[in-house]
Amino acid sequence: MIKSFFKTGRFRHYLNYLIIVVLLVVFSVMSLSGGMKSSSQYLLEKIAISMILAVSLSILVGFLGELSLGHAGFMCVGAYLGGKVSVLLSSLLGEGIVNLIISLIVGGICAAVCGIIVGLPALRLKGDYLAIVTLAFGEIVKSLFLNSSDASFGGALGLKTPRFDRNTLFIIAFILVLITLAVIQNVLASRHGRAVTAIRDSEIAARATGINVTEYKLLIFAMSAFFAGIAGVLFSFSNQNIQATKFGFNYSIEILVMVVLGGMGSINGSLIAAALITFLNVKLATVLTGNMAVLQNLIYALVLIIIVIYNNAPFLAAFREKYTLHNLWTKLFGHRAEHRRDDEKSWARIPTKINMDELLSVDTTPEDNRAVRLDGDKPDAPSASDKERSK
Amino acid sequence: MEIIITTLINGLSLGGIYAMIALGYTMVYGIAKMLNFAHGDIIMVGAYTIMVTLGISGNPIIATIAAVIFCIILGVCVEKVAYKPLRGASPLAVLITAIGVSYLLQSLAQIAFGTAPKNVSVGNMGTIALGSVKIQGYTIFTLVCTVVVMTALTLFIKYTKLGKAMLAVSEDRGAAQLMGVNVNGIITVTFAIGSGLAALAGLCTLMKAPLLSNTFGSMPGIKAFTAAVIGGIGSIPGAMLGGILLGVVESCCNKISVIAPYTDAIEFGILIVILLIRPTGFLGKKRREKV
Repeated sequence: MIKSFFKTGRFRHYLNYLIIVVLLVVFSVMSLSGGMKSSSQYLLEKIAISMILAVSLSILVGFLGELSLGHAGFMCVGAYLGGKVSVLLSSLLGEGIVNLIISLIVGGICAAVCGIIVGLPALRLKGDYLAIVTLAFGEIVKSLFLNSSDASFGGALGLKTPRFDRNTLFIIAFILVLITLAVIQNVLASRHGRAVTAIRDSEIAARATGINVTEYKLLIFAMSAFFAGIAGVLFSFSNQNIQATKFGFNYSIEILVMVVLGGMGSINGSLIAAALITFLNVKLATVLTGNMAVLQNLIYALVLIIIVIYNNAPFLAAFREKYTLHNLWTKLFGHRAEHRRDDEKSWARIPTKINMDELLSVDTTPEDNRAVRLDGDKPDAPSASDKERSK
Repeated sequence: MEIIITTLINGLSLGGIYAMIALGYTMVYGIAKMLNFAHGDIIMVGAYTIMVTLGISGNPIIATIAAVIFCIILGVCVEKVAYKPLRGASPLAVLITAIGVSYLLQSLAQIAFGTAPKNVSVGNMGTIALGSVKIQGYTIFTLVCTVVVMTALTLFIKYTKLGKAMLAVSEDRGAAQLMGVNVNGIITVTFAIGSGLAALAGLCTLMKAPLLSNTFGSMPGIKAFTAAVIGGIGSIPGAMLGGILLGVVESCCNKISVIAPYTDAIEFGILIVILLIRPTGFLGKKRREKV
């Protein structure tokens, strides 16, 4: 029975939780026994924050299909408001776990409200226009916090946030990663998740099948912003000093790079890419100092361009088909790959894009005048056979 | 009174710069249906080219011509290498590649010229006094530049065969191709024109704000893009209107000390409000959605 469990798709579904939990236990033991450098703890906090951010952006870009260029804006709202709450509470409650939880919730909810506000234009705009609105939102938020008075949010000097125990902060951060994963994966695997991917593939078809597009778009925007806000609060605890300039366009792009590198529409891919990029960021920053630091950006830019062209270029389609991971797996391990393919069917997979033009351009013969018309034209007068049928 | 007039004229000249950049965005969007995020960085490359050639030749006119030519070559190369392979792919993929190109240009510039901002003086044009109103020379230069470029571009689109072909491609790419228009060639020409304008905008920006660094073009690029969207992206008069509007708003906000720090927020706020009222901008064409 145990053997069969490991073979099922369910197991694959929970594999990412398992890996994170195992790593977390190992690191926690190391940290609590005092065998961990504070720089490593800092790195782990950063990785957890990036993971939450990447997963939260992934549902927006990969599953709803709307590009956000202002994700750091949501994070900024969470960081400042959550950080402020924890400053206010630290005189009342001290710098303990209760304080932390309250500020996380407040930061998350404030960001979610902003997410709904940004989501409202999303009902009228789409694609490139919406991307610009999110970009504008990010810049507005940055500008507002940067010019706030010293007493409220610290202005250009930044906001100082209380100090939490370094030995446990990254553990809390990874527990939050698990919670984020649990919420997002379950929503995506449910009926709601399928509705969201339906909207991505064809909004008109989704609307026609009775999906409430407004509700789902706002839900995903709010959810994405909520988790970004939580990551922001964690960021403020991890850095203990937050400055609005950090949350600019570049940070939003960095998160987007994680999602793109991980593969759009893949939660686990985003997790891996987030961990990898953050690790490389922190490690490369120590290796490449001074003038060499710029090489890092150069490499990112090249990798981004090459990966996107490789994954999307129409003329490479045949090449991609031939050399997929799955085919390579078959070559290396033979029949084992067949099991995997069956398993994948057993739990919700993202459907491939359907060409709605082909589906709906039904061959309209003169006898059948009831072809689907959604472009606002008046249907032709019903034919004789139609009238008979209606009788 | 004088303050109001100088503010307005400054706003017009700033708007002219935005309009020149916005034209590049709007033409590329109209014809290739993509957001060229790297456009702002072409401005930066143009400004660096001016700096280098000015150091060699000492003549601002030669420097400007060199910058325009270099930017045209760069723009066409970027289009051929990064965007052409993705023709027909999802808009999101093209947008992300454009962001990648933008980063690439910025980091290449940083490798070549370092992080420290450089002070570049393109030549002092003095001030012109109209009665009691004093106007900076570069302001007039920018305004003249903008007017000449806009007129030339409008005439080009309206009366030349190439211009008409561009209009046709932006209306309906497939139909234009059937009529014998070389769509790939037209897209290349569009990128060339946009990049040339970006180099000119680089010159004007450099005269206004002479501190040159590798992020020199980012903010003007984003603002000009905002202008293009406000005016209706894909529409050439729209880009001019949006650019001038944004320039005047920025100039006025900067004069009022209470709201001056929030200038950026106000400009982007205007963008959001206008998009909510008119989702395609002032002069953008509304496309009916068909299944």
